[in-house]
Amino acid sequence: MSQNTLAAHPPAAARTAAPVFKPRRKTGTFVFNALVFLLYLFLLAPLLIVVVISFASNQYLSFPPEGFTLDWYAALPGQETFMSGLRISLITASAVTVLVLILGVPAALALARFRFKGKAAIQAFFLSPLMIPSIVLALGLVLLFGPLKLNNTYAGIIIGHIAVTFPFVVRTTLMSLATTDTSCEEAARILGGDSWTVFRRITLPLIRPGVIAGGVIAFIVSFDEAVISLFVAESGLPTLPVQVLRYVENSADAAVAALSVLLILFSMAVVVIVERVMGLRKAL
Amino acid sequence: MSIITAAGNSAPGPGLAPGVLEKAKSRRDRRTFLALLAPAILGLVASFVLPLAYMVRMSFNEGGPDGVVEEGFTLRHYIEPLGDSYFWKVTLDTFQMGLVVGVLCVLVSYPVAMFLARSTSKFKGLLTALAIAPLLTSAVVRTYGWMVILGDTGLVNSSLKSMGFITDPLKLTNNMTGVTIGLVEIFMPYAILAMISGFGRLSPQLEEAAGSLGASKFKVFTRVTLPLTLPGVLTAFLMVFVLSVSTFITPRLLGGGAVQVLATEIYDQTTGLLNWPFAAALSVILLVLFGIIISVYQRLTKKIGA
Repeated sequence: MSQNTLAAHPPAAARTAAPVFKPRRKTGTFVFNALVFLLYLFLLAPLLIVVVISFASNQYLSFPPEGFTLDWYAALPGQETFMSGLRISLITASAVTVLVLILGVPAALALARFRFKGKAAIQAFFLSPLMIPSIVLALGLVLLFGPLKLNNTYAGIIIGHIAVTFPFVVRTTLMSLATTDTSCEEAARILGGDSWTVFRRITLPLIRPGVIAGGVIAFIVSFDEAVISLFVAESGLPTLPVQVLRYVENSADAAVAALSVLLILFSMAVVVIVERVMGLRKAL
Repeated sequence: MSIITAAGNSAPGPGLAPGVLEKAKSRRDRRTFLALLAPAILGLVASFVLPLAYMVRMSFNEGGPDGVVEEGFTLRHYIEPLGDSYFWKVTLDTFQMGLVVGVLCVLVSYPVAMFLARSTSKFKGLLTALAIAPLLTSAVVRTYGWMVILGDTGLVNSSLKSMGFITDPLKLTNNMTGVTIGLVEIFMPYAILAMISGFGRLSPQLEEAAGSLGASKFKVFTRVTLPLTLPGVLTAFLMVFVLSVSTFITPRLLGGGAVQVLATEIYDQTTGLLNWPFAAALSVILLVLFGIIISVYQRLTKKIGA
């Protein structure tokens, strides 16, 4: 062991800094890595703790866990409020995803493949909903929907969710479009393909990663969205996040932990898909 | 190295883009172009432009609590809160919360971002994903997690009690302490993302050069590392600040009604008191503050970047 370090020492020292620097740097690195580990623990603490108490057999919220149980999970299907919330959330998130893909992918195509006046302004406009606090947007929606009778309807929630999901689809699709070159599209055109065929047979397969990433992000953002749904449809069509919010407002006991774990797993699935197809860091 | 690959990546884009498709001159192309763009613009107008415009209009209407709204034009809802000490307290609390959360969040995110920017490990991708993955988990669930950790019978209080440090639980929820802790954690992924992007100019060679020229570790950090990473730090701070002053769920749940910030006030005015013109005016105020901070932020990042 000590021989190994001795052997490894001279070249490493020659490459980096003065050898005197070395031992201090090592303890420094250790302390630094330990600190980073603790910060990761802090970052993941709320998710980890939810997993732990979802399996704890304590009747009321307390620590340490007294035993292992799956009762919280078994009780889930019987909780009508959560189940109806889940149904509403799945319906809205699916509809929102389909809709923003239909709106967003062509829009990204127009931005990437056409040169026109005001392009920068249009692009800024497309990404701007992310810069608006969702509480402000939620209030605007609930006020506008009042006279239009759209509050507490699926149409209302879905329209409300377009703004907060659309920018992700445009961004990821644009990113895919920027990295694919247009020569295949041109070749297909010259060979007589009409616009729709060229898009369907050439462009779409090339930009699939961006479309998939945008779609799954749109789905999870809509599925987890709580503020707009709370304002627009709290009484009539409470989505799952709204139901959880209401429940937690009254008591932060363990009953909602099992459900939370399922929601976390759901998000993790999205993370894995996005990471696989285009890289999470690029997509967000 | 990163500069070269970045240039290499972006070169084919603009270089090859001016092709047959791009000349939107013929009428057919223009029709295609409009057909591609129009649905999206309509969608955003319905979902985003109209609601905000309607809200701004509503803020000038006469009216009061219980859903009483009379068409008209008044600046009452903007002027009245200025003389109201409660409104000032809520606004100042909101800003103070934004500042504290921004500073703390930057402090705890900096080492993680630094670690990820420097890492050459094969797990770098996984560790980066792990650091920003919480962004895609529900804010309600994460806030609930903090309620479990910080609550009166939660992890922290139970542990301290069983170890005999305390007899009565520490007050960590239903106050600003809990909200601050929760928000710092919830916005960490944003700060880490912003910093990693801002750390591009940092290179280990520069730090090593400074070290081999005799600078102490502390000096290397203050004279080389910190100045180079400052743009990323500033970006992250402003981003977290902006997110904090407008956030609703965490102050609502971890504040338990005891913490009033602009966002919770807007909610109470809307659903509790049904005072729509006033809620709208508060939102416009929040939006204007937001706009000011964002434009300052964009100026600053441009200045630093150049």
